[in-house]
Amino acid sequence: MSTDAVLYDHPGPRARARNRILTVVFGVLLLALLFFIYRKFDEKGQWAAALWKPFIQWSTWSEYILPGLLHTLEAAVVAAALSLVFGVIFAVGRLSDHWWVRLPAGVVVEFFRAVPLLLMMFFIFFGIPFITEQPMSIFWAVVIGLTLYNGSVLAEAFRAGVRAVPNGQSEAAYAIGMRKGQVMSQILIPQAARAMLPVIVSQLVVLVKDTALGYIIAYNELLQLGVNNVAANFGNIVQAAIVAAVIYIIVNSLLTSFAGWLSRRTRRSGKAPRAAGPAPVVGAAEPGGGA
Amino acid sequence: MDVFSVATNREVYLTGFLWILKLTLAGGVGAVVLGVLLAGMRVSPVPVLRAFGTAWVNIFRNTPLTLIVFFCYFGLFSTLGLSYADDIDLNNFWLGVTGLAVYTAAFVCEAIRSGINTVPAGQAEAARAIGMTFRQTLTMIVLPQAGRAVIAPLGSIIIALCKNATIVGTIGLMESSNAMKQLINENGDAVIPIFLVFAGTFAIVLIPTGYAFGWLANRLAVKR
Repeated sequence: MSTDAVLYDHPGPRARARNRILTVVFGVLLLALLFFIYRKFDEKGQWAAALWKPFIQWSTWSEYILPGLLHTLEAAVVAAALSLVFGVIFAVGRLSDHWWVRLPAGVVVEFFRAVPLLLMMFFIFFGIPFITEQPMSIFWAVVIGLTLYNGSVLAEAFRAGVRAVPNGQSEAAYAIGMRKGQVMSQILIPQAARAMLPVIVSQLVVLVKDTALGYIIAYNELLQLGVNNVAANFGNIVQAAIVAAVIYIIVNSLLTSFAGWLSRRTRRSGKAPRAAGPAPVVGAAEPGGGA
Repeated sequence: MDVFSVATNREVYLTGFLWILKLTLAGGVGAVVLGVLLAGMRVSPVPVLRAFGTAWVNIFRNTPLTLIVFFCYFGLFSTLGLSYADDIDLNNFWLGVTGLAVYTAAFVCEAIRSGINTVPAGQAEAARAIGMTFRQTLTMIVLPQAGRAVIAPLGSIIIALCKNATIVGTIGLMESSNAMKQLINENGDAVIPIFLVFAGTFAIVLIPTGYAFGWLANRLAVKR
């Protein structure tokens, strides 16, 4: 059911009047809230030009924010590529006909999905060096943590996608003499990946946000450089946090609209398999391991 | 496992998970209440309410929780002087709950909205045909049916909330991940058992919870 205009009648004169009153009342409340925030900022001197000025200076961007963003994206891209590989391998593992493949793959996926990402990163960064007696690279601590968690989530997505491919597809493939591996790699996975594209991309949004956890183990990403270090120099933590939030929002909105475009494109081509039964609740991606 | 035979270490472990439990409960209640309100706003006939709901979702869903929690502490508390309690831990706890609730509410709102989309249009049309108002249609016809479709996604949101609660450690609360870090630093010879106990606790609680939500969702699913 499309939500607009099904839940309420076309407004008549009384409903229009009521809606206008509600609009005004809520609008005034909202403005009051914004004004309250403005005053609170004002009281604490947060509108002072000195606090905002660093953000119109190129040096702030070139020394802190852009390198931070670059490190964030670096970790996100490497982790995304690795998670996709991890996801496909373990999804196929869980769908295997042999219990000795299925079982360990299931245990790994369920375990890493249930463990908080931060706990995982702490173990990799602070715990592993005690075992290997070598310092752990901070970049790889972040990337491995992200890969294990998001890869497990993607594995479940791929598995659901493979199961949503109509049976006739694999039956037809077997009928023309394909082997198990061929059916999986040439028939099922491509269709599953296509059907699950929106889920995959929204998981990548989660992954980008999760790179911010690297801040906690002092990886030089956007939050560390763009907020912590900028604030250490200019004493403008609130302003720096707002700027960083806007950057995250822009990056993730771009990814999300890319996902929307992709899913419209696949739908139009009519080649993506239709999931059986009522449409699954897509878009309710988990709020990150997280983020 | 001798690490956990020391009473003080057990204490660290227990306090850590007690904080996680409290954060999950308080944050969960806050997120669900806020999320339902936001979902109601997003489908309402009033444009300002709709815009507010949309803005909330787009802002908070796309910002890392780490940044939100960080802002709750350094922005709301340190700079703007919002303080919940005099006790440092308790104050950090409520600041963390604020961050978790504000962030998770965006996801709850979206889950409920897609739940509303699973209710056939005929239901709302029939309700309107017998003269129900928007509020009656929403609360008596659509939301009860949407609620059943929402159990599975809501379950994964709550589970994610529980895992996300570890992030409140950023602002100094000794929750489980900080507790684990402390124990690892003090007992370098028992790193793996420590990790297995902490991670295992999450796995043992959350994996069955996930299956329970799945089972419940199946049981309560509207058969159409």
